[in-house]
Amino acid sequence: MSNTPQTLFDKIWDSHVVKSQEGYPDVVFIDRHFIHEVTSPQAFDGLRKRGAKVFNINRTTATADHNVPTKDQHLPIREALSRHQVEKLRENCKEFGIELYDLLHPFQGIVHVIGPELGITQPGMTIVCGDSHTSTHGAFGNVAFGIGTSEVEQVLTTQCIIQSKPKKMLIEVNGTLEKGVTAKDLILYIIAKISAAGATGYFVEYAGEAIRNLTMEGRMTVCNMSIEMGARGGMIAPDEVTFEYMRGRRFAPQGEEFDRKVEEWKQLKTDEGAQFDVVLTFDAADIKPMITYGTNPGMGIGVTDHVPTLEEIPATEQPSFQKSLNYMGLQPGESLLGKAIDYVFIGSCTNARIEDLREVAEFVKGKQKADGIEVWIVPGSNQVAEQARAEGLDKVFEGAGFELRGPGCSACLGMNEDKVPAGKYAVSTSNRNFEGRQGPGARTLLVSPLTAAVAAVTGKVGDIRELV
Amino acid sequence: MKETITKLTSQAAPLPIENIDTDQIIPARFLKATTREGFGDNLFRDWRYNSDNTLKADFVLNDPTYKAARILVAGKNFGMGSSREHAAWAIHDYGFSVVISSFFADIFRNNSLNNFVLPVQVSDEFLAKTFAVIEADAQAQITVDLENQQVTLPDGTATSFEINPYKKNCLMNGYDDIDYLISLRPEIEAFQAAL
Repeated sequence: MSNTPQTLFDKIWDSHVVKSQEGYPDVVFIDRHFIHEVTSPQAFDGLRKRGAKVFNINRTTATADHNVPTKDQHLPIREALSRHQVEKLRENCKEFGIELYDLLHPFQGIVHVIGPELGITQPGMTIVCGDSHTSTHGAFGNVAFGIGTSEVEQVLTTQCIIQSKPKKMLIEVNGTLEKGVTAKDLILYIIAKISAAGATGYFVEYAGEAIRNLTMEGRMTVCNMSIEMGARGGMIAPDEVTFEYMRGRRFAPQGEEFDRKVEEWKQLKTDEGAQFDVVLTFDAADIKPMITYGTNPGMGIGVTDHVPTLEEIPATEQPSFQKSLNYMGLQPGESLLGKAIDYVFIGSCTNARIEDLREVAEFVKGKQKADGIEVWIVPGSNQVAEQARAEGLDKVFEGAGFELRGPGCSACLGMNEDKVPAGKYAVSTSNRNFEGRQGPGARTLLVSPLTAAVAAVTGKVGDIRELV
Repeated sequence: MKETITKLTSQAAPLPIENIDTDQIIPARFLKATTREGFGDNLFRDWRYNSDNTLKADFVLNDPTYKAARILVAGKNFGMGSSREHAAWAIHDYGFSVVISSFFADIFRNNSLNNFVLPVQVSDEFLAKTFAVIEADAQAQITVDLENQQVTLPDGTATSFEINPYKKNCLMNGYDDIDYLISLRPEIEAFQAAL
């Protein structure tokens, strides 16, 4: 054993390298693989072409999430291509022997919501999925990252992936968040500070008091959006908060085995003095409720700030900035506070967990949806939906005039039936505000669930701090 | 026959926009196919077509001047966002073999390399010069030489680019990552058994 202090990332990565060879990327063993209907069919075709079997069926779990309708999930999917893709997933899982949490299954939901809530995601693992938001699982102290379909095929066939080791970045957030400022604001703030490409080439570890004080749901929101600053992934060392969340989960170790595992998991931390390639430090007290104004997640401001003026943007970046604002129908220097909006979407792998729904319900209780807007609440999974009903949150939402739907990726990505019409403003708790992301021509303003709740009841962009 | 990339001299299509995300390269609503073919039809769909499916005359790929281009030149941070390999499939299916930019997103870079689309990362200055050369002469021929890891503009200005030696070997010889991984099967089995 080397005595050189190591980062948590190095510890997990290095202990999963099957082969490391000069001039070659590393061959990394994958503990846990998640698949869904969109990025897996071509990978299964590859296996069939080679006459290959899945290397270890117990290490892959499947669900249908991207393409599924969020209304009338008991009926056949109306759109033929979506239906075909979900049926293909069924056939492939059956043929190759992979566990599938299909529509209506009690465990079905967005892949990055169900992995953690079922206890499949456990500290110290390497986790991949054909989806960039796989970084979510890093909240449990994992090396988790999104991959392409050719890589899905690699993992299905050999349980390994060929990958160059990324560089390491430490992001420390010290101090405490103001009331009304949440994990989503924290990560939108960091991305706005370092840009949508600020962590490309790096794997990020988040640390500091403000990170430690987050719940597991909050940590998942932070790690989820690591990809939005280009990072290969993001991780948070596990602690008591992690272990308490894990205890009793369906596929987590149980009883004495759990206690034994916790002792192991406690070792999962960066050693004192370990070297990172880049260290960034932020102060939680500087963070306001955030909102994006542009067409990438790095284009964010505090809700009380103004959109940058042209003079504040470097000359070389002005054409892209202007193109972005034209798409959004916004002016340089404009304030978003009080801006009328058309849709509110509360959902996605970033913010559709039970805690997100509880936060929204607590604020909304006794209030009514603003006239003339639509509000969609889409739970991340059937388990979240079930829990919400058990706590009576469904009644709060229905009472407020919100539309509570079935689980899925929904309006996050404009792939299924849930789309925002062209030119309309959607205040959204999802992760991407790219052109057309929520539907062709749709204009997305990314926010926290609390800020979305404010928009839902006022019909406008508002400052939650004045209301709590 | 196995596909390979060695050396290419071609006209280039300019897309001087920064932060082009994979949702622009291929919007999610076109990810419903279960094969790898045909994604080129919807490459940059919402930039190429109006909502009534007519062509947008001012978009570069709709300009017949650039119809022979096999190189795409794009602003920095190309391919950010979603991990959809469909983005690389769409670029390849449309007919591009090379993308030149001053910065690439990580997942897109891997996906490209796995699909015989060569991401060539150059400096901001060289990228600006490349755009200027194309603007001055739309027929400008750019040479990308993988073996020598060099891009050359018509006036002879050249720059080198980085690529992992293993991936370079794969592209030049048509090798597949999975063949390599399958050859390691005994080692992988031993690794799993020791967990």
